[in-house]
Order: sequence, then C-alpha cells, then structure tokens
Amino acid sequence: MRFEDLQIQVTQLPGAMPVWHGCVDADQWREACLHVRDAGGRLVALWGTDDTDRGAALCVHVALAWQSRLMVLSLPAAKGSYPDIAAIFPSANRMQRAVHDLLGLRADGAVDQRKWLRHAAWPENTFPLRRDFDDAATCTNGVDAYPFVKVEGEGVHEIPVGPVHAGTIEPGHFRFSVVGEGVLKLEERLGYKHKGIEKRFESMTLAQGARLAGRVSGDSTVAYAWAYAMAVEGVTGITPPPRALWLRALFLERERIGQHLWDLGYMGNDAGLAFGLAQFSRLREDMLRTNAALFGHRYLMDVICPGGVARDVDADGIDRIRHELKEIVKTVVTLRAIYIDHAGLQDRFVDCGRIRQDHAARLGLGGLAGRASGVACDLRAQIPSSPYDELGLNMVVRTGGDVAARATVRADEIVESLRLIERILSNLPSSDILIQTPDAPEYAFGVGWVEGWRGEVLIALETGAANRIRRCHPHDPSWQNWPLLERAVLGNIVPDFPLINKSFNLSYSGQDL
Amino acid sequence: MYQILKQIAITGIKTEAPPTTDESLRVVAQRLKAEVLAHFHGALAIRHVDAGSCNGCELEINALSNPYYNIEGLGIKFVASPRHADMLLVTGPVSRHMETALRRTYEATPDPKLVVALGDCGCTGGIFGESYASCGRVSNVIPVDVAVPGCPPAPYAIMQGILTAIIVAKT
Ligand code: SF4
Repeated sequence: MRFEDLQIQVTQLPGAMPVWHGCVDADQWREACLHVRDAGGRLVALWGTDDTDRGAALCVHVALAWQSRLMVLSLPAAKGSYPDIAAIFPSANRMQRAVHDLLGLRADGAVDQRKWLRHAAWPENTFPLRRDFDDAATCTNGVDAYPFVKVEGEGVHEIPVGPVHAGTIEPGHFRFSVVGEGVLKLEERLGYKHKGIEKRFESMTLAQGARLAGRVSGDSTVAYAWAYAMAVEGVTGITPPPRALWLRALFLERERIGQHLWDLGYMGNDAGLAFGLAQFSRLREDMLRTNAALFGHRYLMDVICPGGVARDVDADGIDRIRHELKEIVKTVVTLRAIYIDHAGLQDRFVDCGRIRQDHAARLGLGGLAGRASGVACDLRAQIPSSPYDELGLNMVVRTGGDVAARATVRADEIVESLRLIERILSNLPSSDILIQTPDAPEYAFGVGWVEGWRGEVLIALETGAANRIRRCHPHDPSWQNWPLLERAVLGNIVPDFPLINKSFNLSYSGQDL
Repeated sequence: MYQILKQIAITGIKTEAPPTTDESLRVVAQRLKAEVLAHFHGALAIRHVDAGSCNGCELEINALSNPYYNIEGLGIKFVASPRHADMLLVTGPVSRHMETALRRTYEATPDPKLVVALGDCGCTGGIFGESYASCGRVSNVIPVDVAVPGCPPAPYAIMQGILTAIIVAKT
C-alpha cells in the first residue's frame, strides 16, 4: 500500500496490532511527520539502529500513530544525520538527543543539541549502541557538566534537587528557578538510571529477552512483557491461544488497578490525608497477595511469555478474584466520595499542576495524564487487539488537566477495569495457555504496542541469527510526559511539586534505559 | 469527617501484629522490635537509595508502610537525609551515573552505619549485570552488611534483611 500520496511504499507487519513499515528518504521523513501531525496523529517513539555490519548505514526510525494504525518509517542516515522532527513533534527532542548519545546520529536543524542520556560514564565520541562498541573496555568516569538553562533577574534563585530524593522514589535531578516560592522554570535532568538495557538485549536470545523486557520499568512489568511477547509472536508468525490473550488482559487490568490504587493513596498522603494512603494501600496489598497466591508473583513478573502465559486460573481462583473485586468496588466508591468531599484535599488538588487541553494535544501528552487533559487516546478503545475488541472499553476522559482530574481519571479507570475483569472472568475461553515459539527468521522486524496503566508501551524488535536479539528498543510513555511535567509546575509553588509529580507518576527507569 | 471515621471503623486494624497466623513471620516482627529497641533506642532511621533499579524493589519498600506491615509501628523510620540515617537500603545494580551519588550518600551517613543491598540486582547485578553503564552489585561500590535476594524481595524478606543487618552490627 501507499502511505497517502507521499509515494511511500509500506507493508503490513504480521502481528496482533495493525503496524505498517516502510523506508523513506530525508524529504519523505519530514513530510510524513508533518502529514501525520496535521491529520491529528501522534509520535509514539523514535530510535536508531546500526546496520553498518550489513553493508547498510546507521538508521533512524519513527513510529507514528495515524488513523488506527502504527506507521513505522525507517530512514538510512548515511551522512550521520537526519532532519529534525522536534519542530513538528516537540516530544521528539529528548528522543533525538538520546539517539545521538547512543548512536552518534544527529538531528539536523534541531534547536536543542545537548546530550540527554549520557552523563560521565562514556565519552562524547563513543557510542554504546554501535556494532563496533567494545563493552569490555569500560570508560573511566569523567566530569559531567550539563548546560542548564539559566533564568536571571531580580530575586531569582535556583533550587537544585536530587538525584537522591527525600522519599522512596527513583533518582533524577530537578532544577527549579524560583522567585519567592513561585516556580518560574523547572528543568529536569534524567539519565541517572541508565544501565545499558538496550545493549543488554543484544546479548540475549528472544526467550531470555522476555525477562529483561519485564524489568525495563518494574511498575509496568505486565505491559512490557505483553508488548515484548507481541513483538516476538509477530516475528515468528504465531498467535497465542485465546485463553492466554484473555488472561493477559486480566493481568494488565490488575496491574492498572494496583498502580492506580497506589497513586490515589499517595496523592492523598502528599496532600496531608494519610487516611487515604492507609486505605488505598491496604486494598492494593490485598491484590498483591492474591497475585502471589494465584499467579506466583506479587507484581505478575514473568507471568506473560512469548507464546502465551505461564499461569492459568481455576474456578477457585476466579471466585477469589470476584470476591476481591466486590470489596474493591465498594471501598473505592466510598473513598472517591470522601476525596471529593474533603475540602482540604480539593484545595490542594483543584487547579494544581494544570496542563491545558490545547497544550496537551500539541505537545504530545499521552496516557492517563493525557486523558485527564482531554486527549482521548487509549489503544484499548481505539485499536483494540484481542480480547479488547470483545470487551468494549468505555474510555475515561476528563478535561480539567489538573491534579484533581488525574485523580478522577484514576478512580474512574479502576471502576472500569473492574468491570472489564468481571467480563473477562465470565467469558474466559477454554483452550491451552501456551504454545511453542518456532524459530525466528534472521533480520525479521516486529512491534508490540500495549496500553499500560501509564500510557502506551512500545517494543520494536529485530531478530539476529539463531533466535537472538539483534536490536530491541523499549519505549516508555514517560518520554512524552516528562517534558510536560516541567510545564505543569509553572506558576505553582515549590511545595506543590511532590504532589504534581506524584499525580503524573512517571517512570525514570523506563526512560533512562 | 463522619465518612472517614466510618470507613476507619469498617476497615479495622489491619496491621499483622505478632499474630498466631504465621509463626515465622511473628518472630521476625517481634525480634526486630527487640533488636531495634536494644540497639537503636527505639528508632532505626533508614535512608533509601535507588542506585539504578527497575523500580520494582521500590514498590516493595513502599509496601512496608502499608497497614499490614506498618514498619513505622516497629520503630523504623525512613528519613529524608543520609545525615539522619543509621542504615542505607540500596536497590538496583549501581548505574555508572549513580556511582558518585551513592558514594557521596554513603560518606554523608554518620558512623556507625549499616548497608543493606536489596534485590537480585543489589546482590549480584541481577539481569542487568556489569556493563559500560552498570557497576553491577552494590558491594562493588560501597561496603555491604547484608544482601537480600529476590526480584523484588517481598516485604517480609526486606524486614528480615534489616533485622539481620542489626545483628551483624552487634558482633
Ligand atoms: S531485583 Fe528485580 S525488582 Fe529489584 S531492581 Fe532488580 S530487576 Fe527490579
């Protein structure tokens, strides 16, 4: 098929999601991005590969969501650069800088050319994802200087925070420029957790990669494991048994409920209502214990594997889940009402950390934070793979864009996920739960694309010889949302930052890789 | 307010106070309290450092504060600064980018101090291992008293690790 009238030849990849792939030249690269943006599409991911060992070039790839499908476009960048698309999709900025840090490919014309993932662990002209990179020759730690944007003026001062924070959260650096308590600017510096995940994938077989995929961002292990399995199933041309797919949806919704419960508790706590944390975290612990009892892991790590799932559920298990659902629904409805009626809480939530709908859409805010700012995107509703095509999701969308809206979206999504789980349990097909994965052809390309609790998770996978991974790029929705957090705090006061940050709850590990 | 009080009353006390339901767990919870009281005069202060985890281990550390485990009820408190801490609880393989921050946090913690490395990653480097970007296990960077395996270790295992570290410190 042709991608519109752009003369780009694209072919559909085998797999559970409608993914199309094509090669482009530099002009088509930009034109396609412009076209997708103007048609209301969005940037899902951007990454690079090194094909110089195959007589080809360094290559940059972009995944664009456009009209109920995913377009993956690949641009061989023989001269070591490609046209900037951050001017089209602002969220491409950090992804392009990461591609440069890891592969040495530059975005021509990009305004921001600073490093992003690289601190001091490897030198400027060394690129870890190149084929000729010698992992054994670790580089000595140098001095790390990062050119933060300076805000100057009378009474302006800077507050640097992190990487080690006051609470039990992941490391990152935040630099606030403030006047009094008001935030004039926040600049994030991430990459502290960069531990070479993408390079690590390249030392693994397709089977081994499943475990690593489930540990890119531990709080989204189900979403990643499913996306990875989907990619492997695409390249090997298999479809998991129906029961396995329905169980995957059960796991994904349980992960979503668990994380939402947790965030709601912490948002209450950060606004001074410790009662909320105690209540919500109790419900969550009940779910974790059920997960451990029925599926062998509190967070369901390694329960999804290529070809299906590793654990089934029997009639007693279904009873236990049903019983638990009733308790959760009842309590969440009560707690939701308490949160809404609580003047002190609403005083902190309403109007705090707002992202307006037009900004959200233009700057690419996604996932649950996007849906709280009126960006109606949810793969489960718009491009439903089995079993979501049969489950029929009622997408939750709010337009407030503040902490209150993000709390409401969570509470409503919990109720909706509970409804989905009830449907899953009553319609669970009977079949095997796992089929064998056949050998994969070399140089096959597959994509997995799943709506996790935070947003859309993507896995782009290329096979090597003998069922090995040649390249695997995991993409976390946090890439899109971190820059919007910088915007959300503008005009708020510094003490509100922890609450605003929590209301987004983005992954450091998932974006640092 | 009435709704809050009603919900608290309905929920009741969930903390697994030294129960008869699981003998081994009870011992952990109680002995921990005795050790803490004996050696830290009622307050063990822990500073958590994420040195490069996948964030799975953080989920379980945070779970320690839920009403079932209620770790603060045992006199153990997570503190905001290493200068207030008796113990560092370190997760993850140590990424090269966190190496300096971890060393500095260790140096900022007053002596005598204890270090518990958490999770398969903290113990061995785990699935991430050692690479251009990862130093591997925590003990490659700072001295470690106790290492708790698991991916992630469950909350009771973490409590057990904390207890063991206190005993190591005594000898
Ligand atoms: S031990 Fe497991 S859960 Fe903990 S950081 Fe490592 S991979 Fe994540």
